[in-house]
Amino acid sequence: MHEMSLAEGVLQLVEDTARRENAKRVKLVVLEIGRMSSVEPEAIKFCFEAVTHGSIAQGAALEIVNVPGAGWCMLCAETVPMEELYGACPKCGSHQVQATGGTEMRVKEIEIE
Amino acid sequence: MVQIEQDILSKNNTYAAANRQWFDEHGIFALNLVSSPGSGKTTLLCKTIDMLKDKVAISVVEGDQQTSNDAERIRATGVQALQINTGKGCHLDGHMVGHAVQRLQPADESLFLIENVGNLVCPAAFDLGEHHKVAILSVTEGEDKPLKYPDMFAAADVMLLNKVDLLPYLEFDADLAEANAHRVNPDLVIFRVSATSGEGMSGWLGWIAAGLDAQRSLRSETVDALKRRVAELERQLAAK
Repeated sequence: MHEMSLAEGVLQLVEDTARRENAKRVKLVVLEIGRMSSVEPEAIKFCFEAVTHGSIAQGAALEIVNVPGAGWCMLCAETVPMEELYGACPKCGSHQVQATGGTEMRVKEIEIE
Repeated sequence: MVQIEQDILSKNNTYAAANRQWFDEHGIFALNLVSSPGSGKTTLLCKTIDMLKDKVAISVVEGDQQTSNDAERIRATGVQALQINTGKGCHLDGHMVGHAVQRLQPADESLFLIENVGNLVCPAAFDLGEHHKVAILSVTEGEDKPLKYPDMFAAADVMLLNKVDLLPYLEFDADLAEANAHRVNPDLVIFRVSATSGEGMSGWLGWIAAGLDAQRSLRSETVDALKRRVAELERQLAAK
């Protein structure tokens, strides 16, 4: 969903940081995208290339770190793996599972020169 | 390597937080109405405005990909409305709404309604600075919509089940739709309404009135606290 505006958000964060660090060029951008963040990594790669064209990050490689889904099941009282948001607990089948990981959409770090 | 560790939406969230603070300072109650296209959002909005406009000042922001048809429908009710065309975009964002607030200059202690682009996916992720998202689901859609588009129903605090006057002619199971919505969001407040017949509107209008009251008293508390502070400082000054 809306990967184009997310890619623009990424570029803004990258440009702000690159400017602050007096970078000449951005070589690599590392994102952390949770499995349950409703972001399609392939789509964001495509959009990233489009929005960085003509910017300081043109030609930068994009690395996406996938974060697996995890949640706290109220009934099992433990952390369980999750495949989808609002999904059932894989152990007891309850829907009382609060996502604790896998919803992030973050710019982790960049490599500049 | 330079560490950034920032949420991709952090810029939007900053704009949204500024909008919310402005609304709070002015005692304004702001709602973000979201739904799929054709749920009857604009008709419901017009009906709500008609029933409330004598009691409270109302401003409306209309988001659509193209045309200003909806803003014109809202203006016909006599309240001020601003149309935002997102063009290629699929949602409104905090920055656009900030500009709209500047243009509209809503009155203190008024109601601010944002009709988002008809889309159940993208608007869920973008905070506009509203106090609540209100999801509208109509009985001509499927009962499983809250399960198909869970992000939106989880992000909303209120769901309006619209067009209930059509229930006798449909095979729509309203209880099942509500159960599905509560599965993704157990705290969701649901009202069954019909903008056409007016059925169920009193519950929804009562909920808005309570929200307006809460914003007003929050503001007067802040103003009272500031007045007390001024009085205290004046007293200290006089004692010197």
